[in-house]
Amino acid sequence: MTAPGRTPKESGTPSLVSAGAVVDPPVAVYATRLGDDTLILAQRLGGWITNAPQLEEDVALANLGLDLLGQARMLLTYAGEREGLGRDEDDLAYSRDERGFCNVTLVERADADFGEAMARLLVFSVYQLLLYDRLSASTDPTLAAIAAKAVKEVAYHRDHATQWVLRLGDGTPESHRRMQAGVDCVWPHVDELFETDDLERALVAEGVAVDRPGLRAEWESYVRDVLTRATLTVPEPAAAPVTGGRAGVHTEAMGYLLAELQHLVRSHPGATW
Amino acid sequence: MPARALAPEAARAAAAAVTDPELPVLTIAELGILRAVRVSPDGVVEVDVTPTYAGCPALEAIEADVKAALRVAGATDVRVRRVLAPAWTTDWITEPGRDKLAAAGIAPPSPTGHGPTAGHSGTAGSGPVDLTLAVRCPRCGSTATRELSRFGPTACTALRSCASCREPFEHVKAL
Repeated sequence: MTAPGRTPKESGTPSLVSAGAVVDPPVAVYATRLGDDTLILAQRLGGWITNAPQLEEDVALANLGLDLLGQARMLLTYAGEREGLGRDEDDLAYSRDERGFCNVTLVERADADFGEAMARLLVFSVYQLLLYDRLSASTDPTLAAIAAKAVKEVAYHRDHATQWVLRLGDGTPESHRRMQAGVDCVWPHVDELFETDDLERALVAEGVAVDRPGLRAEWESYVRDVLTRATLTVPEPAAAPVTGGRAGVHTEAMGYLLAELQHLVRSHPGATW
Repeated sequence: MPARALAPEAARAAAAAVTDPELPVLTIAELGILRAVRVSPDGVVEVDVTPTYAGCPALEAIEADVKAALRVAGATDVRVRRVLAPAWTTDWITEPGRDKLAAAGIAPPSPTGHGPTAGHSGTAGSGPVDLTLAVRCPRCGSTATRELSRFGPTACTALRSCASCREPFEHVKAL
């Protein structure tokens, strides 16, 4: 278990290779960050199948998860190609340990309550829609094509989350209480979405990557509007934001998630059916 | 070792006739996901397909079906390439394809303006939630229909019901 927010002991720039001897091409690291965000959230959304409040919602969240999984497959395949070590999407998804994953901590949270799941989906999909919209103009043709494909799907994700947050926030006292609790518990993970580092700054200068901090104002505007219309209180900025995911430092939930995601492949290497 | 290369028209026709596993009333040409078919002088057939949704699980089945169809047509070496750009939208579904969907009880999508001839434009700030064009019931033609769930049995369909004939139906949602 790793305490959230702790600075990693090793190098701040994560290597895709555990040994750390290889300097990864920056584009491979960047594609892995985007791919890990979508892979891990897809896994969380899949966990709602048979547990959502109604059958249609089981189907909806499975569909959203499938969209994200499709994006993860394209992004991790591309990361593997640019890394140049012969690893494919499956190697990256199933054979890395927790410290090798560079997703934000927001997506790995175990969401015990539907209100929390919808709060996270709103926070993430608003961010992701802005990110993909900008990334579709990337100078990297593969990233641009993936983003142009995915941006249309994520528009549906954002609308879905928006509708639920409005309905639950402006619903019964019980739904309002649980929706507010959901927003409150994902809020400390918001800052991490808009963090950047030297690797991304260099890629932004080349026109490859998106300037994450530059997305925040538009994100705030949309999310605040939805929360206000849902009669919810916008939380104060977190006193102790949770961060570290990009450098491979995750919260306790991540290990359990990976155990479930990876155990079949690790228990039966090379199995096919 | 092919004795002779398959004619490009024959290769195109064989690939174009493959049907979509989830919307079997449509061929992949009518769905607009067959992008190109090339035959090299030494007989290698290369087919470009594009996914409807990034995570569409039918794409692997479609690739296998395309290879099988071309082998039946006489090709010995078939390669299927996935292309992403330009991104598929529901405007790529052909007019005959739309008619076939409606005839099968599936409401065809409304135009998005991002079709084969339109360039990509960002969707941030103008999500499909604001789009309230009436969807016509494929059975009785009434426009008094409502959305039951935006996410249906496949990634590309939504569930609706008709207030006039009381029947539920699927709708290929605009993407």
